[in-house]
Amino acid sequence: MIQTLAFYLFAVLTIGSGAITILARNPVHSVLWLILAFFNAAGLMVLVGAEFIAMLLVIVYVGAVAVLFLFVVMMLDIDFAELRAGFVKNFPLGMLVAVVLLAEIILGVGAYRAGALQLGTPDGTASAAVGLSNIEALGALLYSRYLFLFEAAGIILLVAMIGAIVLTLRHRPGVRGQNVARQVYRRAEDATINTRPEVGAGIKL
Amino acid sequence: MTDFFMGLGMSYEWAWFVATVSGILLIAFPLMLAVALIIYVDRKVWAAINLRRGPNVVGPFGILQSFADGLKVFLQETIIPSAANKGIFLLAPIVTFTVALAAWAVVPFGPEAVLADINVGLLYILAISSLSVYGVVMSGWASNSKYPFFSAMRASAQMISYEVSIGFILVCVVLWAGTFNLNEIVLAQKGHGLGFINGYFFNILLFPMWVVFFISSLAETQRVPFDLTEAESELVAGYQTEYSSMSFALFWLGEYANILLMCTLNAILFFGGWLPPVDWEPLYAVPGIVWLLVKIFFFFFMFSWVMATVPRYRYDQLMRLGWKVFLPMSLIFIFVISGYLMATGHFA
Repeated sequence: MIQTLAFYLFAVLTIGSGAITILARNPVHSVLWLILAFFNAAGLMVLVGAEFIAMLLVIVYVGAVAVLFLFVVMMLDIDFAELRAGFVKNFPLGMLVAVVLLAEIILGVGAYRAGALQLGTPDGTASAAVGLSNIEALGALLYSRYLFLFEAAGIILLVAMIGAIVLTLRHRPGVRGQNVARQVYRRAEDATINTRPEVGAGIKL
Repeated sequence: MTDFFMGLGMSYEWAWFVATVSGILLIAFPLMLAVALIIYVDRKVWAAINLRRGPNVVGPFGILQSFADGLKVFLQETIIPSAANKGIFLLAPIVTFTVALAAWAVVPFGPEAVLADINVGLLYILAISSLSVYGVVMSGWASNSKYPFFSAMRASAQMISYEVSIGFILVCVVLWAGTFNLNEIVLAQKGHGLGFINGYFFNILLFPMWVVFFISSLAETQRVPFDLTEAESELVAGYQTEYSSMSFALFWLGEYANILLMCTLNAILFFGGWLPPVDWEPLYAVPGIVWLLVKIFFFFFMFSWVMATVPRYRYDQLMRLGWKVFLPMSLIFIFVISGYLMATGHFA
C-alpha cells in the first residue's frame, strides 16, 4: 500500500518536474526542477530495490553534475527574445527529436508488454540477486563478466578528461605562481643576514 | 521501538508510523539543543584561545547566550530584497536546514539506536552532504547581489573539489570494513589496533587518511581555514549577506548541524563510534552513546581550536590543496590499502 503510494508520488513528481524543466522561463529554475526530477528518479530506484544506483544517482547527478550545470547557468545572461526567435528556426529539428523520443517510448511500452525484462515491481519486491547485497551483486558482475567494458569505459572517460584539459590549457608567461615546497624549505638563514655596518658605510646586498 | 508501541496495543502500521516519527523527533530536538550549546562552546573556546572571556552575561557562565540570540533573531523582521528571486530566496535556508537534519537518519548512536539501519548508510551520508551546497548556491543566486553571488560560485567549486577526496577516503575505510553500513563499520573497528584499541586511526595506512579526512571535513563545512564563502574581509557575509531574522537563523543552525555531522563521521569512521576507546570489558558498561558524544565533543573542540589558530586560505591555495595534494594522495592510498588487503588475504 505505502509502496504504491510512494511510487505514484515519485512518478508524478518526476514527470511533473521534468515537464516544468522544459517549460520554465528562467534557466536557473529549469535546473532546479531538473534536480527535483533526478531526486524523484532516485526515489523510484529505491522502490525497485536498487538502493546503490539511487545513491549514486544523487551523488553523481545531483551532487556534482547539476552543481556544474547551475554554476554555468547562473552566470549566463540570457536574452529571451533571441531564444524565441530560434524556436521557429529549430522547429524541424525539435520535431525530429520528438519523433525519436516517441518511438523510444512506444518501443519501451512494447518491451514492457513482452515481459522479457524483469527489473522489479513498484510494490518493492525486486528480483534481486539471491543472497547478495546490491553492491556485492554489481561488483561481482562488473569485475568479472563485464571487466573489459568497465575498463574501456574508464579509458574513454580518461581520454575525454585529458582532451578537455588539453583544449583549455594555456601557458601564460610571466605569471607569479606560488611554489609551496620552496617556501617551506626556505630557512631564516637563507633570507636574513645579520651585519654590523660601520656608520655611513652602508652594506652591500 | 516499533515493538514497544505494538506493546501499547497499536496495529503494526500505526506502531511503525509512531515509532518512526518519535525517532525523528528524538534525534532532531536534542540535535537542535546541541547546536545551540555547541555554538556557545565554539565561542567560549575561541575566546579562551584569544585570552578573552567570551559570552558570560546571559545565564550562569553565559550558557544561555545562544537561546537569547535565537529569541532576538526570532523577533526580528524578515527582510526580502525587492530585486531578489523570492521563491528561491526563501527556499535556500530551508534546503540548508533540511539537508543538515536529514543526514542524521543513518547515524548509529549505539548498537540498536539508529533510525534507519540501511545497507548503503555511508553512501546516503555522502549523497545528502553533497546536497548542502545547494543552499549556498541558491541563496547566492537568488539574493541578486554581487557578494552572495561570488560566495555561491566559490562554494560550488570548493564543495565539489573536496567531496572527491572525501569519497576516496571513504572507499579506503569501506575496503577495510567490507561494508557500507555505518553500524557494521563501527563493529569492524573493535580491537583493530594491536587487538585492544577500537578505531581505524591506530593503523599506519589509515591514519594519514584520517588526517586528510579531518582537513577535508573542515573544507566541506566551510570552517575557518576554508571559509572563503563567508570571508568577511572580502565578501561581507558571503551568501548570508541579504538574509535576516529566521531565514538567517536557519543557515546558522544548518551550518552547525553540518559541523556536528562531520565530527560524528570522524568519530564513527576512524575512532570507533559508540565503542569505548579500548576494548576492555568494564568500559562497555558505559552506554555507547556517551562514548560517541565524548568523541564528537573532542572533534568539535579540534574544529574550534583550528578556527582560533589558523588564517584563511587564499582561493588558489584551496584549489591546489584539494586537487593537487589530497586527490593524488587519497588515490595512492586506495591502491596501497587494497594491495595490502589483497596480500594479507583480508578479503578471503
